[in-house]
Amino acid sequence: MYGNDFTTEPPEQPGARSLLDQVADAERDLQDAARSDRAGQAGDDYFMSVINADQKIEPRDWMPDKYRKNLIRQIAQHAHSEIIGMQPEGNWISRAPSLKRKAILLAKVQDEAGHGLYLYAAAETLGIDRAELSDMLIDGRQKYSSIFNYPTLTWADVGAIGWLVDGAAIVNQVPLCRASYGPYARAMIRVCKEESFHQRQGYEILYTLAHGTPEQKAMAQDAVDRWWYPSLAMFGPPDGDSTHSEQSMLWKIKRFSNDELRQRFVDMCVGQAEILGLDLPDPGLRWNEEKQQHDYTQPDYDELFRVIKGNGPCNRDRIAHRRAAHEGGQWVRDAAEAYAKKKTGVAAA
Amino acid sequence: MSKTDWPLWEVFIRPRRGLAHTHAGSLHAPDAEMALRNARDLYTRRQEGVSIWVVPAAGITASSPDEKDSFFEPAADKVYRHPTFYDVPEGVAHL
Repeated sequence: MYGNDFTTEPPEQPGARSLLDQVADAERDLQDAARSDRAGQAGDDYFMSVINADQKIEPRDWMPDKYRKNLIRQIAQHAHSEIIGMQPEGNWISRAPSLKRKAILLAKVQDEAGHGLYLYAAAETLGIDRAELSDMLIDGRQKYSSIFNYPTLTWADVGAIGWLVDGAAIVNQVPLCRASYGPYARAMIRVCKEESFHQRQGYEILYTLAHGTPEQKAMAQDAVDRWWYPSLAMFGPPDGDSTHSEQSMLWKIKRFSNDELRQRFVDMCVGQAEILGLDLPDPGLRWNEEKQQHDYTQPDYDELFRVIKGNGPCNRDRIAHRRAAHEGGQWVRDAAEAYAKKKTGVAAA
Repeated sequence: MSKTDWPLWEVFIRPRRGLAHTHAGSLHAPDAEMALRNARDLYTRRQEGVSIWVVPAAGITASSPDEKDSFFEPAADKVYRHPTFYDVPEGVAHL
């Protein structure tokens, strides 16, 4: 209904179908596991036996304090990333090149807000308050993904974010559909199903630009050049330097190591880039016949740590904007609360 | 920082006519009407439902997982509640 500003259907991305299939598999396994619920034992043994049987821990089950804290940290960080992630793309809503692209981008940014809220709701089942999590984001006690501290300089960046950033996020998140904590796994299934539209719309934007004028193609290439390495860094530090990994694997909060997921992402992207007709900015990228995977150049992890520590291009802007939006919206929350109280008063009288 | 103390609501969605409402998640809202509208925006952006219930989380009383055994076990030894418990003589139809 918004008209069509591209003429040929973009081809199916290699790998995209299988990711959605993996989400569907995770959902089916979750239901299967639920059908074979275990007989009860108490304490740590029971907790580990549930996890070892690939069953889900539910909110009121006993769980080690560290499991609870670890999950709160991870889920909150993920939720914060969705919320902050609205900013770089929101930057282009008013400048999208057509009404259709604008409607799509609006829907996508709405989804990010929704994903943030699903995840805050999942975190709250662990006994933390959403208001407290919001405060911890704004005052810097909790982190969000470092990728959102990079600026969106052109319209092609919206495409590159969808293809590479959301693509990396999906590779990271599909295994989380099998996380051992029930509310988190269920939220992730919902998130991943919606996220695949995000990746495809980004791919379509880049495909359209890459098959447009030479200037448009150059814009698409420039965006890929700038987003490639930060996207690789999204998988976190190399396995040897990762602080939370081992215990998370044992508890099945995490299923694959940072480096395994990064490799999976690189292998997926190579074929997709070829179909786009764009180059990945890595002279060291080549197929390794022996390993049956691509050799590639690692991202600059010093840069990753600089950005995590608060010194990326946009860190201060992102938090200042979040704070302004939160504080600026206080009167709306106050008014809604006052109205609810007034109505309760009228009903009681 | 100022804190808004909106109650938590549990959201239940009926995906299609003929199916039961199932738990979808939760959200914060100042009152039931806002909870319903927020639930629509949050949990049915892709036509996931034809009907929504919102229930104040504080209004739900839940059984405790610690008591799961003593609470549900009495049903375990009453196998005679299942039709498979009964021997049906050979040749009996429509039973």
